[in-house]
Amino acid sequence: MTDASYSSASSIEAGNPGLDVASAASDFGARTADFIALLKPRVMFLVVFTGLVGMVVAPGALHPVLAFTALLCIAVGAGASGAINMWFDADIDAVMERTSARPIPLGRIQPSEALGFGSVLSVGSVAVMGLGVNWVAALWLAITIGFYVFVYTMWLKRRTPQNIVIGGAAGAFPPMIGWAAVTGDISLYPVLLFGIIFLWTPPHFWALALYRSDDYARAGVPMLPVVAGEAETRRQILYYSLVLVPFTLVPWLLGYTGALYGIGAALLGAGLLVLAAQIFRGSGMAAPKRMFAYSILYLFLLFALLLAERWLDLPMGFPGLAGGA
Amino acid sequence: MPLHDEHRRRRGRNIALGVVLGALVVLFYLITMVKMAGRAGGAG
Repeated sequence: MTDASYSSASSIEAGNPGLDVASAASDFGARTADFIALLKPRVMFLVVFTGLVGMVVAPGALHPVLAFTALLCIAVGAGASGAINMWFDADIDAVMERTSARPIPLGRIQPSEALGFGSVLSVGSVAVMGLGVNWVAALWLAITIGFYVFVYTMWLKRRTPQNIVIGGAAGAFPPMIGWAAVTGDISLYPVLLFGIIFLWTPPHFWALALYRSDDYARAGVPMLPVVAGEAETRRQILYYSLVLVPFTLVPWLLGYTGALYGIGAALLGAGLLVLAAQIFRGSGMAAPKRMFAYSILYLFLLFALLLAERWLDLPMGFPGLAGGA
Repeated sequence: MPLHDEHRRRRGRNIALGVVLGALVVLFYLITMVKMAGRAGGAG
């Protein structure tokens, strides 16, 4: 609802106190929903989940209150960077079909409100993480927010088709933050988890970009299909998938995970490779759509297997090799 | 924008801020209790 429609609605209802209270509550609910939408809750779910896995697989334990605080800070920090992204990209969002219904293009939230909201939450989430959990995790959270806002949103997104390749690092940091929240440092294992999400990001977003390329072209965002064409994008999705799937097995080979994860990652990876091959060989948009949906499930299940192994206390390590964790 | 409408929106924002600040007070209280308990356990 625009400011003008807010005003007219309130003027009509001003003479009726009962209606006024109901309308105020409804306005409050709508405004709250708009501010929640600024936080990109669907993206936040995967970020929080991978952060949780980073915490669970880390050696040691964190008090439930501190674990909750760390996850809250990861969620709020990720959401805050999403809000700042929506402020900066309001012009792009308005012309893209996929994003035109966001609160700023619809006029429900002023750009300055989104910037203030995102900035306060960014600083607040880092400060609470530092004061409540530890400053190493706070530093990684600050790096994540800064990378997404300054490196991806402001620098790369409108300049290069490698935007989501490099910018994908921002979405890959949460397992490292979760790990650092428990241990106070970073080791090889969380870096491997970072690597999995980092390599997963390009095929995931390029699958989306393939069937949304008109949208990106209209907004002037140089996504790979817009700049290099559909055939090259299909090839790159296959290449990245061919690197990603073996890479997901490295934690098992190094003894950080067990057979449940290893075999599961191989099977899930086979599914991803089949879809990548279908995209490469085909010309329609059915396979890219399937890949986009499957890739979300793929990453979720991959990390769910890590979680399951820890909770079931299954033996770690690749048969014949020494355990690493 | 009519004053009435501005007041209503400001009231909504104040309520939201109040809820968030109240939640933060509870969170900081719990964190402090956990940290103090940890230190007391370590000292013994």
